[in-house]
Amino acid sequence: MSVLLQLALTFGMLSVLAVGGGTAVLPEMQNVLALRFGLDRLEFVHIYSMGQLSPGPNMLMVVIFGYKIEGFLGAAVVLLSFLLPSSVLCLSVGRLWHRIGERPWRRAVQNALEPIAIGLMCSGVYAVAQGAVNGFLSAALALTTLAIIMLTRINTMLLILGAGIVGGGLMYVFGWR
Amino acid sequence: MNQPPTPPMRPPSDVALPVPHKPVPNIRSIFLEFLLIGLVSFGGGIMAYERRLLLEKRKWLSNDEFMAILAMGQTMPGLNSVNLAMLSGDRIRGLAGAVAAVIGLISPGVCFVLAAAVAYSQGADYPLANVLLAGVSAGATGLIASVTLRIGLPHFKRVKSVPVILATFVCMSFFKLSLVTVLLIMVPIGLWLHRPIPRESEMGLEKKE
Repeated sequence: MSVLLQLALTFGMLSVLAVGGGTAVLPEMQNVLALRFGLDRLEFVHIYSMGQLSPGPNMLMVVIFGYKIEGFLGAAVVLLSFLLPSSVLCLSVGRLWHRIGERPWRRAVQNALEPIAIGLMCSGVYAVAQGAVNGFLSAALALTTLAIIMLTRINTMLLILGAGIVGGGLMYVFGWR
Repeated sequence: MNQPPTPPMRPPSDVALPVPHKPVPNIRSIFLEFLLIGLVSFGGGIMAYERRLLLEKRKWLSNDEFMAILAMGQTMPGLNSVNLAMLSGDRIRGLAGAVAAVIGLISPGVCFVLAAAVAYSQGADYPLANVLLAGVSAGATGLIASVTLRIGLPHFKRVKSVPVILATFVCMSFFKLSLVTVLLIMVPIGLWLHRPIPRESEMGLEKKE
């Protein structure tokens, strides 16, 4: 019971702090999951990566953390506590705003939050890279993927799956990292 | 999944927006349209699908309404694509529309990650699965870096943004401060930097905009 409560509090907190989308809370999520639930960096990165292969919002992968920690009940608690608080907040503020109309402060809030969210995303890249990049091959795979996404309009899910098959194959056959 | 059957004629008390000449979309079609997006949006781009649905395919919102909702969804915490679905569902059909849109959008992904969760908990010992995940993780690192670059690029050139980005990154990744602490430090600074200019001086700057 206390684990479920702790999961609800953890992800409820992350929910209302997720300024600029879920990616901004990745570094905090990684820290908290390691500290409170003993999830190591590699598991975190694996689960994050599975989210990138799924349809719909990629951050739904938080459900996997819930399942890993406390089974189906944990998954349900994480899903609800990650989506509900921010949704209630956004819906109430959205309705209020619709009534009072555009005000210069909404623009100011957005302008203020954007660079903070980008800084947090940089920390997210750093946190994911620390778990995923542990040798020459994984670094090359990450940089190649980055370059291909920036230069082409390829479907990112297929690209990442390709990275898994090609990279994973090389790792399996040659033992490279 | 069990949507209550929508009545063929809408009861007059249930209309969220009193627009006389526009037929009010029923809850089931809102649910199904967002379910379709949740099902096909592999590899991101959900907001683009949502825009096409709301403005072109069904024309449920005007361009102005959509832009206002988009800005609100990006300003408020939470997943941007979920916020956008929720706010547009709410504008179209009230709370029921919001719930239908969100449940539709997330249910395919939730089923997928649940299946992945079960498989991952059982198959973590297969070496082949491990190397596949290692490769996927390396690719995902490139992806998140590209998303950060795309969103961040205009900001990396702005004098007001660069110190905020750097300070946030350093506080979070190197000083290991908690997210709450980082936000408590950075949000007031950001708000002060971007505070709305009072009317008088705005008039003076009008030529620039």
